[in-house]
Amino acid sequence: MIKVLKNLSPYKWIVWGVVALVFAQSMAELFLPTLMADIIDNGVVKGNIPYIWEIGGWMLLVSAIGAVASVFASFYSSKAAMGLGRDLRQKVFKHVGQFSLQEFDEVGTASLITRTTNDINQIQQVTIMMLRMVISAPIMLVGGIIMAVSKDAKLSLVIIGAMPVLVIAVMLILKYGIPLFQQVQKRLDGLNLVVRENLTGIRVIRAFNRETEEKARLQKANRELADVSIRVNKVMAFMMPTMMLVMNMTVVAVIWFGGIRISNGAMQIGDLMAFIQYVMMIMFALLMASFMFVMIPRAAVSAKRINEVLEMQPAFKDDGTAKADRSRGTLEFENVTFHYPGAEEPALSNISFTAKPGEITALIGGTGSGKTTLVNLVPRFYEASSGTIRVNGVDIREASQQEVRSKIGFVPQKSVLFTGTIAENIRFGKQDASDQEMKQAASTAQATEFIDQIKGGYTAPIEQGGSNLSGGQKQRLSIARALIRKPDLYIFDDSFSALDFKTDAKLRRALKDETKNATVLLVAQRVSTVVDADRIIVLEKGKMVGMGTHKELLESNKVYREIALSQLSEEEIA
Amino acid sequence: MSQMGPPHGGASMPPQKAKDFKGTFRRLVSYLKPRRKKLAAVFLVAILSTVFTIIGPKIMGMAITELFEGAYGQLQGAPGAGIDFGVIGQLLALLAGLYVFSSLFSYIQQYMMSTVAQDTVYDLRQDVNKKLEKLPLKYFDGRANGETLSRMTNDIDTIGSTLQQSLTQFITSIVTIIGIFVMMLTISPLLTLIAVVTLPLSLFVIGPILKKSQKYFASQQKNLGHLNGHVEEMYTGHQVVKAFGHEAKSNEQFDAVNEELYNAGRKAQFISGIIMPMMTLIGNLSYVLISIVGGILVTQRAISIGDIQAFITYSKQFTQPITQTANIANIVQSTIAAAERVFELLDEEEEVKEVTTSVLERAKGAVAFRDVDFGYGNELLIEKMNIDVSPGQTVAIVGPTGAGKTTLINLLMRFYELNAGRILIDGLDSRDMSRHELRQNFGMVLQDTWLFNGTIRDNIAYGKTGATEEQVRDAAKAAHADHFIRTLPDGYDTILNQEVSNISQGQKQLLTIARAILADPPIMILDEATSSVDTRTEIFIQKAMSELMDGRTSFVIAHRLSTIKDADLILVMDQGKVIEQGTHQQLLDKDGFYADLYQSQFTAKLAV
Repeated sequence: MIKVLKNLSPYKWIVWGVVALVFAQSMAELFLPTLMADIIDNGVVKGNIPYIWEIGGWMLLVSAIGAVASVFASFYSSKAAMGLGRDLRQKVFKHVGQFSLQEFDEVGTASLITRTTNDINQIQQVTIMMLRMVISAPIMLVGGIIMAVSKDAKLSLVIIGAMPVLVIAVMLILKYGIPLFQQVQKRLDGLNLVVRENLTGIRVIRAFNRETEEKARLQKANRELADVSIRVNKVMAFMMPTMMLVMNMTVVAVIWFGGIRISNGAMQIGDLMAFIQYVMMIMFALLMASFMFVMIPRAAVSAKRINEVLEMQPAFKDDGTAKADRSRGTLEFENVTFHYPGAEEPALSNISFTAKPGEITALIGGTGSGKTTLVNLVPRFYEASSGTIRVNGVDIREASQQEVRSKIGFVPQKSVLFTGTIAENIRFGKQDASDQEMKQAASTAQATEFIDQIKGGYTAPIEQGGSNLSGGQKQRLSIARALIRKPDLYIFDDSFSALDFKTDAKLRRALKDETKNATVLLVAQRVSTVVDADRIIVLEKGKMVGMGTHKELLESNKVYREIALSQLSEEEIA
Repeated sequence: MSQMGPPHGGASMPPQKAKDFKGTFRRLVSYLKPRRKKLAAVFLVAILSTVFTIIGPKIMGMAITELFEGAYGQLQGAPGAGIDFGVIGQLLALLAGLYVFSSLFSYIQQYMMSTVAQDTVYDLRQDVNKKLEKLPLKYFDGRANGETLSRMTNDIDTIGSTLQQSLTQFITSIVTIIGIFVMMLTISPLLTLIAVVTLPLSLFVIGPILKKSQKYFASQQKNLGHLNGHVEEMYTGHQVVKAFGHEAKSNEQFDAVNEELYNAGRKAQFISGIIMPMMTLIGNLSYVLISIVGGILVTQRAISIGDIQAFITYSKQFTQPITQTANIANIVQSTIAAAERVFELLDEEEEVKEVTTSVLERAKGAVAFRDVDFGYGNELLIEKMNIDVSPGQTVAIVGPTGAGKTTLINLLMRFYELNAGRILIDGLDSRDMSRHELRQNFGMVLQDTWLFNGTIRDNIAYGKTGATEEQVRDAAKAAHADHFIRTLPDGYDTILNQEVSNISQGQKQLLTIARAILADPPIMILDEATSSVDTRTEIFIQKAMSELMDGRTSFVIAHRLSTIKDADLILVMDQGKVIEQGTHQQLLDKDGFYADLYQSQFTAKLAV
């Protein structure tokens, strides 16, 4: 928490200003009852009406000063808190931008998103609360006690007696209440889960005639939530009545003991009335302070999550300077081994191969065999543990990441598109591409047909995540995006899976012309997509268990044969 | 829950408006009816508690007057004068008693209300729950699941917290306003005038501020949405952003949105932050005026000194219920809007009523379409379709992805109603039997597996209510799933987590096959697609599937040529329509879409 709040340092003068303003405002607030006591004791009791007017004027001035102070306090506290939020967000976003896939895997994308958005919002919200109310609470508390003591030190003992009662009561309620609140959240999540399962699985539920059982499950989740909600509300029902009771009883005690003091001539009536008001102020300040105890732990959790991100350092540096253009259209792996951090077994071991311009290198193997890991090493999303990878004849560690990646046309397994138009998404690969280039790329990717059918054509909007397109359409745009770069190296990570076989075949034919001077690295699930590759690498558990053409492997390689047999019938293989 | 948080600045998002406020309100009230006695009791104690609170300051004032007069007399040296602690003691005892009862009643009120509110919420959720079962598939396909989910959780939650807090708050606020007004009047009409005059003043000042702040809050919310969207896109697309060197542009965009958010947020927070000081200033203004005027009145003996104390307390308590009722107006608005969304769901058109003139225990598996017309909207996708499938035969459904193959499932299982024509199972019209019986005869293994958060055993046993342990294991064995299940640390007791990410995609598919095997239906609907499945698991899946098809009538969404070639009937679909049907040879001879499809698939292989 403190570490995060250090980001307030650019605003430290503003924060001090806010503290000073809140102090001024609190002082004004505290001063009013004393002035009122003066009105009573010196004005009312003595019948001095001009004095009443005079002091009344002062009171107005004091409350005006208080109001002005708090308006400025509000202005500067908003500035500081929102500024903190803005700076933190920027810092986290830039920092995350430097992460390699390794860090993304470690924290999880969803978690990184919440940390950059919700967690920072939480901090921002709490900061503004703190600047506005929480700093005023101790000032009001201490100030109120000082004023009360100055009015009558002995009577203040009543307050001293009441304070622990209130604090203990609030703590007790919170002690029982907070775990219940957490349970409510948990059961709400539980209900959410069951409802979501029911909605997504509606066909299965109906197909298996399980409506009755599902209804019972929902009812159970519903009942559980209702029960714990009732319990938490019953506990929280103690909160306000208890606090009011303690406060009111304190006031009653103050009047009783104050009466005795007045009777002894130790106190004046106006002071007693002021005293009563101080009691209320002190109690409210305590209440505010108790909210602090609820708020700060919540914010501390967010702060911790943000710090974790900021403290995480990218696993490797980007400090190469060479140009990656020694021998274009080549890719070379030399004894490359890769460990995921903390993993016992290497995800890839001793991979070596060389691919020349115009060649297709295909990777095939089961899930977890390391195909995707291998292709992710090329654009340096991960750093190889040992060995050397050369793109265009240059060790990728000697060139900058930007330089290496600019030579690659990457088509990921999951087609990621961005909000914007279709044209913008294709141009993502080459920002200054002409219309001609864009249309050419779309046509090679077999996307022209559906783009022409969509209303708006190339200017048709794409929603977040491309949710308004089908899987196959997204895949084709993602391919066009890579094609438009005319890169030296193409990487297709199982990128044809959502295409039907007709489109698949057409696309493959069109690609052949396109990739004459480049090398292609292709991850495949199906044997039919790799049969005409120049080189098929069979991976199993991160090891190369075979390399050769379809024919060669079919004859010599057991693993490959097994895969092929499972997918093609005998006649098709031959 | 909001009652735990610190008090709000009074500014919030502009409330959503309900379309039919009155009707929705009445309907919501009808949910409270079964609890009307309790609710009446709640209102009664709420009123009592409030009344006691209101009387408090008056009695306190009397005690102070008593004190003052005694002390004043003492000061003047009047004979026998002094503070009468007997009277004060009595007054204070009364006061203490009032406070104790007020707190007690207030506790009872909240205690009872928690049951009333949550039971109402429970009832509402139950109604939605029951409704879900009756809704046709059309409803679920037609909208995002998140929307229905949000109605069932968030919207009902909103209603709950309004009932819990705002309803009684509303009652007590009204009682407080009236009560305080009356008490103030009895003390001094002149002072009351001062207190009341400041009210319109506060509305006058706060109103425009509130409006402005709502505007800024809306803009803050909008910018926050933009920012979240950008972050989400850039993080999920991180790999692509890097691969194409877009980091700088992404940062630039982020900074721009972030700056806008900062500006909107700063304004929103500032404006909402000055509401409180403005209220305090106006409050203080009336406080000062009351002190002055009250002081003068006391010197003229028009009121007693304790009355000033009482009056100050009253005027301080006066503004709170007023701002509260203003807030409640907004809360009620959004609650009614939430209730309306829930009621909309409850009023959705239900599935066509069942007719149960035919009884179909276990079908032999003959399926026939007779002049079937079907379309989701006005456009017919299927026109005059006629097919005949004998028991045990295999029908392959072929076509490009997204060709609408789910349509066929929707019709066979009667998830959707036909526009015209009949579907016959063993010669019986599928509409003449209960949906339950019809679906009992169908099994389904689709590519998007549906498993729930529970043990593997429960997930398999889903296929058959009351399945024994042995039956579950046998089914798993037949589905080639037994082996992998037993290699898991907890075996059949392994709990599939919420995202079902602790087993692989292929393993999930094996589980759904086991489930279908256990259910043992005479007719199967299968999807052969196995993407992101490793090759070995794929072999298992294929074996399991062909065993499953053996001896059953099967409708297969086919991806493997061998399946297609061996099928008794091929339905070729494109853009949601069945465009061709026949056997492999018939369709090749026809030289249409299918022939084209088939040939294009083979061109790649001819090169080998």
